[in-house]
Amino acid sequence: MSHIVRPGRSGLLIGRRSLIAGAGALTGLSLLSRPAEAVLKLDVTGGTVQPLPIAITDFVGGGSPQDVEAGKGVTQIITADLRRSGLFAPIDPAAFVEKITNPDTSPRFQDWRVINAQALVTGRMTRQPDGRVKAEFRLWDVFAGQQLIGQQYFTQPENWRRVAHIIADAIYERLTGEKGYFDTRIVFVDESGPKEKRVKRLAIMDQDGANVTYLTRGDDLVLTPRFSPTSQEITYMSYGQGEPRVYLLNIENGQREVVGNFPNMSFSPRFAPDGQRVILSLQQGGDSNIFVMDLRSKATTRLTDTAAIDTAPCYSPDGSQICFESDRGGSSQIYVMNPDGSNPHRISFGEGRYSTPVWSPRGDVIAFTRQAQGRFAIGLMNPDGSGERILTEGYHNEGPTFAPNGRVIMFFRDPGGESGPQLYTVDITGYNEQRVPTPSYASDPAWSPLRS
Amino acid sequence: MIGMLRHLGGARAAFIIGFAMLAAACAKNPMDGAGQQLGSAPPGSPQEFIVSVGDRVFFESDQSDLSAQAQATLDKQAQWLNHYRQYTFTIEGHADERGTREYNIALGARRAQSVRDYLVARGVDANRMRTISYGKERPVAVCNDISCWSQNRRAVTVLNATNS
Repeated sequence: MSHIVRPGRSGLLIGRRSLIAGAGALTGLSLLSRPAEAVLKLDVTGGTVQPLPIAITDFVGGGSPQDVEAGKGVTQIITADLRRSGLFAPIDPAAFVEKITNPDTSPRFQDWRVINAQALVTGRMTRQPDGRVKAEFRLWDVFAGQQLIGQQYFTQPENWRRVAHIIADAIYERLTGEKGYFDTRIVFVDESGPKEKRVKRLAIMDQDGANVTYLTRGDDLVLTPRFSPTSQEITYMSYGQGEPRVYLLNIENGQREVVGNFPNMSFSPRFAPDGQRVILSLQQGGDSNIFVMDLRSKATTRLTDTAAIDTAPCYSPDGSQICFESDRGGSSQIYVMNPDGSNPHRISFGEGRYSTPVWSPRGDVIAFTRQAQGRFAIGLMNPDGSGERILTEGYHNEGPTFAPNGRVIMFFRDPGGESGPQLYTVDITGYNEQRVPTPSYASDPAWSPLRS
Repeated sequence: MIGMLRHLGGARAAFIIGFAMLAAACAKNPMDGAGQQLGSAPPGSPQEFIVSVGDRVFFESDQSDLSAQAQATLDKQAQWLNHYRQYTFTIEGHADERGTREYNIALGARRAQSVRDYLVARGVDANRMRTISYGKERPVAVCNDISCWSQNRRAVTVLNATNS
C-alpha cells in the first residue's frame, strides 16, 4: 500500500493513501474489474458537453457528530466544484434510493442505476486520535458496477476544505482525463469606496471564493497581481512609494521587495515559466518597452525598443515565445516574439483593438481582451492568430486568466457608472459562464497553479 | 501575511488630499474652472493656479496630442510657473475607463510626457517637474458615456507644497 505525502507548500501536510489495491474487505471489489476501455469516461473534447449525472453522497461520519458535520461539508464542496465546472450534473440527494452507511462495502448499484447516476461518490470522515482528520472516498462506475478510485487523506481539521477540493480534482481527472483545477487559489484586487477614490487591496482566496485573505491594507493603489508558477510569491504593481513600481510579495511570510530600481514607472509584471525571471514594461518618456529581469542576478534585458506602447507581456508555457500588446502599428494589437525579442510579428487582425494577451497553460491558444464598437470581449486565438473566437462580450470585460488545466478562464466584468467590477468564469468553449463570489468589487484576477 | 506599505510624508499627503478635493469640487464641469475669476485666490497661490490658470488639459480618445485649447492652457501654466519658481510640481496623466488596465497606464504616461515636453519647450525647468500615470484608476467624472470619459482623459499639473 503506497503512502504518498503531499508536501504542502504552506506547511500543510496532507497524507494520501490509495484504497485501490487495498486488502481485506476491498479485495472482493477488484473481482468486478473489467477491461479499461469499457470504463466510464466523459468526452470533453467536443464543443458542447452533456454534463455527466453523478451522485455524491454525504460522507459518513466516522464516530462523533463533528465527523458527521464535516462529512456533509466535504460533500457540499465536492458537489459545488463539480457542478460549477459545467461538466457534471450532481443528482439531487432527495432522489437517492440507497442510504450509504458503510462506504467500505460495495453499494447497491441497481439503486443508483434507477436514478440514472453514471458515477457515484461515497466516503467517510473520521477524527484520528492524534487530532488529524482522515477523509476517505471511493468513486464508482455505476453501470459497470466497479470502483474507479479509492483514496484516503490525512490532514489537520482546518484544511478540510482543501481535502474536499483535492477529492473533487481526483474525481474530475478520473472521469475527464484532464487535470482538475479545484485545489487552486485566486489572487485579485479587492475594490471598495467610490469610483473616483477607489480603495484597492490585494486579496487571495480559494478558487470557489472561500477563505478570503487580504495581503495589503489599501493605503496604496495596487494593480495586476500575478502568481509565481514555482513558489508562494506574487508580483504586482503598487504606487506605494510615489513612483509606481513592480513588487514581489511572499504570500506566506509577507516579505516584500521591489523588482529592480528603474528611473521611471515599471508596470505590467508577469513571471517567466521558470519562476526565476519577471517580464515587465518600463516607461521611457512617452513610450513603454518590455524588459525581462533575472530575480537572482538582477540583470535586466531589453526585449523591445519602439516609439510605442509595448505592454502586457506573457510567456508561452514552454518559455519559447512571448506574446504582448503594442500600438506600434497605430492601435493596440497582439504580437508574438522570441524570448530574446527577435522576430516580433503581429497576430491579431480582427476588428478593433486587442490587448492583455495570456498564453494558455496548454500552449495551444492565447486569450485576450478585444475592444470593438464600444464593447469589450474576452476571446481566444491560436498563437499564429488563426481560429479567433469570442467567449463573452458586453460593456466591459477585461483581463483573462487561465485555470491551470487551461479549461476555464476567469476575467472581470464592470457594468460601469458608480458600480464596480466582479469576477466571472467561462469555459473555453464559451459555455457555462458563472460569477465568482467575492466580498466586494473585484478585478485583476490571476489563477494559481495547482497547489498539490 | 500583511505587507506593510510606507505612506507619503504626512504634510505632503495632507496637502495633496486637500488639493484633490478642490479639484473634485469643480469636477462636474472642469472646463469652466479655467475661466473663472475667484477674487479670493491670492496671486501665486495654488488656488490661483487651479482656478485662474487652469490645472488640467484634456485629450481625445486614445490620443496624447495637445489640442489648441490644451496648448493655450499650457501656455498660461508655463507663464505662471515661470513667474512663481518656488513650486515644484507633478504632471499626472490619466485615461478614461474605456481601455485595459496596462495600456491605460502607459497611455497616461504618454499624456503626462506630452504636457511635460510642452512646458519644457516653454522654458519651464525640467528639474522642477516629475510625471506619473494613474491610468484609469482616478476618474473625476463617473458615468457610462462620453460626457464623463472626456473629462477623465486628462493631464493635471499638481503643485507640490513649498516650505516658503
